[in-house]
Amino acid sequence: MAATAPTAYDVKLALPLGGFLAVFFLAPLAVLLVLSFQANPQGTAYGLNQYGQFLGDVFSLSVLGNTLLLGVKVTLLTLLLGYPVAYAYTRVGPRLKGLIILIVLLPLLTSVVVRTFAWIVILGRQGIVNNVLMSMGIISTPLRLIYTDLGLVVALAQVQMPLMVLPLITAIGRIDPNLSDASLSLGSGAWRTFVRVTLPLSLPGIIAGSMLTYAAAITAFITQSLVGGGQMLFMPMYIYQQASTLQNWPFAAAISIIFLVAVLAVVMVFNLLGRLSRGYASA
Amino acid sequence: MRRDWEAFSFHLAIGVIAVLALILLVAPTAIVLIVSFTSGFSLRFPPPGYSLRWYVALWDAWQLHFAAMNSLKVAAWATFLSVVLGTLAGLGISRSSRLSAKLMDGLFMSPLILPALAFGLSSLMFFSALGLPVSPLTLIIGHTVVCVPYVVRNTVAALSQLDPTLLECSASLGAGKVYTFRRITLPLIRPGILAGGFIAFMSSFDNVPVSLFLRDAATDMLPIRMWQDLEGKLDVTIAALSGVLIVFTIALIMVMERFTGLSRRLA
Repeated sequence: MAATAPTAYDVKLALPLGGFLAVFFLAPLAVLLVLSFQANPQGTAYGLNQYGQFLGDVFSLSVLGNTLLLGVKVTLLTLLLGYPVAYAYTRVGPRLKGLIILIVLLPLLTSVVVRTFAWIVILGRQGIVNNVLMSMGIISTPLRLIYTDLGLVVALAQVQMPLMVLPLITAIGRIDPNLSDASLSLGSGAWRTFVRVTLPLSLPGIIAGSMLTYAAAITAFITQSLVGGGQMLFMPMYIYQQASTLQNWPFAAAISIIFLVAVLAVVMVFNLLGRLSRGYASA
Repeated sequence: MRRDWEAFSFHLAIGVIAVLALILLVAPTAIVLIVSFTSGFSLRFPPPGYSLRWYVALWDAWQLHFAAMNSLKVAAWATFLSVVLGTLAGLGISRSSRLSAKLMDGLFMSPLILPALAFGLSSLMFFSALGLPVSPLTLIIGHTVVCVPYVVRNTVAALSQLDPTLLECSASLGAGKVYTFRRITLPLIRPGILAGGFIAFMSSFDNVPVSLFLRDAATDMLPIRMWQDLEGKLDVTIAALSGVLIVFTIALIMVMERFTGLSRRLA
C-alpha cells in the first residue's frame, strides 16, 4: 500500500497541474496540429497541402537544414570550450570553484536580450573586435562581423554554454578519481588517460549537455534574429514571419509541427545515446 | 621526462581553454556594463569618456518603465501560479512509482523541450479558436506553462534528498500527515521550491517567444520593447537598462545563493 506509507504523497496532488497543462499546453498543440492540415487560411478544405508546400520548396528546406546545422556548430563549439571549464572546476580549490560557478551561472540567469545586446556591442562596426584589429593595423576598414555565421555561432555558444557546463560538472564530478590515478600509475600519459578514461566516463554528461545546448541553440529566436540579422533565416523567425507578418496560420502551423518533430527527433536520439552511454559508463 | 611533458602539455591545454572560455563567458556582461557609462552617443568600445547621462536618460524613459512594470506583474503572477501548481505536482509525483506519475513527469517537463515560439503560436490559435481575445490573463497562463517545469524539477530534486526516516519518525511519534508536512517536509524542501520559483521568475521576466503571441497591443513587455529598440536603432539607453538588469541579476543570485544554495541545485 504505497499510498498510505507516511513518506508518499498522493499522486492526486499532481492533478491540478496535469489538468492545467492538458488545457493550456496539450489542447493548444492539438489545435496547432489541426490547423496545419487546413488547405487554405479560410479552413474550407483539409489536406496535406501545407506540408507538401514546405517539403517541395527548396527555400523552406534550406531554412530547416540551416537551423539544424547551426545547432550542430554551436553544440560542438560549446563542448570544446565548456569541457575544460567543467574539468578544471572538479580539480580546483573551493574558492575558485565558487568563482567558476558564479561566472557560469551569471549568463544563465541574465536576460537573453541583454546577453545578445552585448554581442552587438562586441561585433559591431565600432565594436571591440574591429577597434583592436584596426589599432593593430591588421585591417584598415571595419570588418562585417555581426550578421555573419561565425559571429552568430560564437554568440550562441556563449549564451548557451552554462547548459553544457552544468551537466558536465555533475558527470565529471561523479568519476572515481582512483580510475585516472590507476591509469597514470600504470604508465599511461595524461593525454591517453584523458581520452581513454575520463572522456568516456563523462559521456552521460556530454550527451545531456549537448541535448540541452542543441535544443536551446536552434530555438534561440532573439539571438538568431539580432546577431544573425535579416539575411540569415532560421526556423523560429520563419514561423514568426508566416504567422505574424503574413498571417498565414495554416502554413505557420505546419512549419511549427515540422520544427517540433525535428526537435523531438533530436531529443529522442540524444536520450537513446544517453541510455547507451550510462550503461557504458557504469560497466 | 616524456611523462612530465605530457602532463604539462595536458594541463596547459585544459587550463588555457578553460580560462579563454571563462573570459568569453564574462566579457560580454563586463563590456555592456562599461559601455553603459559612456559619455558619447554610440556603442563604441572603449568609450570616449565616462558619464551617467544614459542612466539619467533611463530615468525619463517612461515607455521602458511601463514595459518593465508589465513584465514584473506578469512574472510575479506566473511565478505564484507556478509555485502553487508546481509544488503540489512535485509532491504528488516524487515518490510514486506508478505509471501515471511517470507520464505526468514527462508532461510537466515537456514545455522546457518544445520550442517556446511554436507553443506561443499554438496558444494564440487555441484562444482565438475559443473566441477569447489575448489579454494579460492569457499572457500569465502562457508564461506559467513554460515556467512551471523549473518549480516541479527543483521540488522533486529537494524531495529526493529528503531522508524518509525523518517522516517515518514523525509519523511514528503520532504526528498527522498535515502536521508532518508543515513541520518537517516543508521546511526541508523550502529552499528547493524557492530556487525553482526564482528561476521561474527570471525566465518569465525574460520571455519573448510566448509574449510575442499572447500579449495584447496595450501590454508592452520589457524584453520585447528592448528587442524592438535594438532591431531599429542601437540606443545607448538600452545599455544603461542592461546595466541595471545585470546588477539586479547579480544581487538576486547572491541572495538566492545565500538562502537556497542555488549553484548546487543547478549543477
